[in-house]
Amino acid sequence: MDMHLSSNNGSAVKSDAIKSDAAGSGAVEVNEAALPNGGPVKERLVVVGNGMAGMKAVEELLAKAPGRFDITVFGAEPHPNYNRIMLSPVLAGEKTFDQIVLNSREWYDANGITLLTGEAVEGIDRAAKTVVSQSGRVVPYDRLLIATGSMPFIIPVPGSTLPGVIGFRDLADVEAMLAAAAKGGRAVVIGGGLLGLEAANGLRVKGMEVTVVHLMPTLMERQLDPSAGMLLQRELERRGIEVLTGADTAEIVGNNEGDVRVGAVRLKDGRELPADIVVMAVGIRPNMALGKAAGLDCGRGIRVDDQMRTSDPSIYAVGECVEHRGVTWGLVAPLFEMAKVLADRLAGGEGSTYTGSVTSTKLKVTGVDVFSAGDFSGGAGTEDIVFRDAARGVYKRLVLKDGKLLGAVLYGDTRDGAWYFSLLKDGADVSAERDTMIFGPYFSNGGFGGDAGNPDAAIAALPDSAEICGCNGVCKGAIVMAITGKGLTSLDEVKAHTKASASCGGCAGTVERLLAATLGDGFTAAPKVKPMCKCTRHTHDEVRAAIVGRGLKTMADVLQAMEWTTPDGCASCRPALNYYLLCAWPGEYRDDYQSRYINERAHANIQKDGTYSVVPRMWGGLTNAAELRAIADVVDKFAIPTVKVTGGQRIDLFGVKKEDLPAVWADLNAAGMVSGHAYAKGLRTVKTCVGSEWCRFGTQDSTGLGVKLERMTWGSWTPHKVKLAVSGCPRNCAEATIKDLGVVCIDSGYELHVGGNGGLHVRACDLLVRVATEEEVLEYTGAFMQLYREEARYLERTAPWVERVGLDHVKAALVEDPGRRRALNARFLFSQTFSQDDPWAERAAKGVDRHEFNLLAEVG
Amino acid sequence: MDSIIMENAASETVWTHVGTIDDIPLLGSRVVRTPDGDIALFRTAADEVFALEDACPHKRGPLSQGIVHGRRVTCPLHGWVIELATGEAVAPDEGRAGHVPVRVEGRSVAIALGGVKLSRGGCRKACGHV
Repeated sequence: MDMHLSSNNGSAVKSDAIKSDAAGSGAVEVNEAALPNGGPVKERLVVVGNGMAGMKAVEELLAKAPGRFDITVFGAEPHPNYNRIMLSPVLAGEKTFDQIVLNSREWYDANGITLLTGEAVEGIDRAAKTVVSQSGRVVPYDRLLIATGSMPFIIPVPGSTLPGVIGFRDLADVEAMLAAAAKGGRAVVIGGGLLGLEAANGLRVKGMEVTVVHLMPTLMERQLDPSAGMLLQRELERRGIEVLTGADTAEIVGNNEGDVRVGAVRLKDGRELPADIVVMAVGIRPNMALGKAAGLDCGRGIRVDDQMRTSDPSIYAVGECVEHRGVTWGLVAPLFEMAKVLADRLAGGEGSTYTGSVTSTKLKVTGVDVFSAGDFSGGAGTEDIVFRDAARGVYKRLVLKDGKLLGAVLYGDTRDGAWYFSLLKDGADVSAERDTMIFGPYFSNGGFGGDAGNPDAAIAALPDSAEICGCNGVCKGAIVMAITGKGLTSLDEVKAHTKASASCGGCAGTVERLLAATLGDGFTAAPKVKPMCKCTRHTHDEVRAAIVGRGLKTMADVLQAMEWTTPDGCASCRPALNYYLLCAWPGEYRDDYQSRYINERAHANIQKDGTYSVVPRMWGGLTNAAELRAIADVVDKFAIPTVKVTGGQRIDLFGVKKEDLPAVWADLNAAGMVSGHAYAKGLRTVKTCVGSEWCRFGTQDSTGLGVKLERMTWGSWTPHKVKLAVSGCPRNCAEATIKDLGVVCIDSGYELHVGGNGGLHVRACDLLVRVATEEEVLEYTGAFMQLYREEARYLERTAPWVERVGLDHVKAALVEDPGRRRALNARFLFSQTFSQDDPWAERAAKGVDRHEFNLLAEVG
Repeated sequence: MDSIIMENAASETVWTHVGTIDDIPLLGSRVVRTPDGDIALFRTAADEVFALEDACPHKRGPLSQGIVHGRRVTCPLHGWVIELATGEAVAPDEGRAGHVPVRVEGRSVAIALGGVKLSRGGCRKACGHV
């Protein structure tokens, strides 16, 4: 770190006095003379460190025991004491340095404090009870306070010492950044924590192209849960800051020009990011060198007890340089608490102790409101209350345990942060407020009506201008006027007349309460529709409508926009959402691997003993000697214990070890076979009979048509498994009338049957239509598949779907509206252009998802 | 670098390095094979790592193959939900999968071997396959 030896505005008299003291004559008298109430010989307190912790201790001490000590303060920086946490606004140009100075030099003078700036202390002589500074000045003490703070941690990668690599710790760092920003160019900020993001924002505001490189998967992972981290990332990206998460820095590369300085940052994955400056903001390290050299007990910092004493009873330490009960601190609140305890101690008090802190943090990026406090990692015995209001960009999460608030994360609306923090610090019992506390103190303690914990009263007390529906901008007054003026009595009527809750439906509950409050007994709530799962109050249909209607294109978008109450969903909703997104945005949506059941991740069926079964596709039920030989060889080679013909005319190989799957697929692929998707919520088989080619009764080429249907539909993802069949005549040998879609060939053409099921609840198909040509069969099939894909709920097979929506609904879409039928078919064929890749080939030959099939390690 | 100690272990615990956090997919799992059976290592969205005996207390289903959500995993065989931090089945199911201490230092992941206790619980609800 640069040491600033510059002009010292402090009194020359005092400096000389201290120098003379160093020579042994004693500075005490001089300082006493400088004090208005000079009395008996005072204890000498030397403070090493002119930062926030040290000076807070001095301020507190002056308040508690004015004039008790003769105080000398050393500061390594050339400035008076300033508010370090406001450096970010200085970088962003929102504040000047003068505005963040805490205590001017006049203040030091007025309080009789000798301030020595630009002068680092280099040693402590504990036996002689003196400190010696960089310039050779020796100052004696009776009590010594070490408050040397911390240093930015510089990752020791190659190139980390190149000029242009800057920490973010003091005003000199800010000045270096401002000087670089004045030339424009590109900055890479390593570290996506509080400081890194504040630096990135400041540099961006100053006109640099900025990339944040963060090792962890989401930003500020120590303060924010992944959901809030994602929102923050999106906001920063919207401001033009590039964010790379999961990015590990390998090296800082020099430029190739004459003056060697940074030129780029190289990541471990090989990416190289050009950089004119690199800001390293990955963390801080307690600056304990002075204490360690003096032989004080040190761990991660200088060790102190609950009264801030080091292992030497004359020496105290506070702030970021200390380790207290095994913990080091990097936030301002704990430092202040330590300073108070120390001041009590120095003022003669015995009672107060420091036992650790509960902390909260805020990001100082203008327009981005982020607050977090306490422990929000969740875990056994805790419960989450999550609130999302996508339209306002608000996310709140409270973590409760045993009726107490354990942690809070607020994004977008941090007004209630202080209230949550006080509840958290006090360890207050919040059981009574549990149901309403997420809405803040006004709703919770009756701020609107004095009726604590009663959301109806809170609604009634809302002003007419309060916005109820964020999507459509409908306020309370408009809704109440519609209810009373038009005689509305139901949520649907309010939706129809005012558009409130007609989009995402997030405010439906509020609107119902408003109905109840306005109508009194005249209101009966709408029957409850079952939500998708415990993570949401929305139904499958509402979520699907929102995905399409509001253009939600990622899992995170849906969770946020639909106000999910869990951070990352559950095993029930995630596969459904993944499917809905895949169906809505073919070719655009990136499949979420970890939201698929294991069968679809491993492309084989998991069996009761953890082995898998493999079914190669046999188009329309056809096979040949080469395929059968390949299957037989695979069975021998991998000692596959069971080979079985399925009900869908295919061969199932049971008992394959997971790690053998890619090799099994490779051999089957080599014989021209591809995955049968027997594991998929997708098209499985097309069962056929032999039809007119061999059968005495066959009216059409049912096998050939089956092959065509399977070629068209294979690889498609659907809400549940789908099976087709083609029978060559009404004798129906392929059992086509209990399939999701069955074709029965007749003399004049083809009968299409839909919605059958041979499973748990046997259901015979409904006849949809008769058509004359194979082309029509294919078009109807594509259209039917797509209607099912777009309308059915996840894990709803065609039989319950057809029963739910009614055959007339299906007929109206497919038979009575040829334009819609063609459009549905076109959408189906479009989505198929992205999904007809053999997943086996990708994994067997190209090594896709190799981690799925390999052990992490074998030990012991 | 800071070390995250997820589990305080007795001083004689032997930690075996098994890989890095990055080897385990986010919201996913990887398997470590040991003479005492397979151990599943899970990584949550918040980058926490947990290890459990790779067997559901219900019917020994491989938990490593389940879907990870929050700090839980859902067994792929019959949908039991298991707490990653303790191995306990979420009510109304009862039972516990063996729990293995994990230590993460920087990106490196180590597990404490030898302490896995197998346990079995009963099936308290009708099993519906996924």
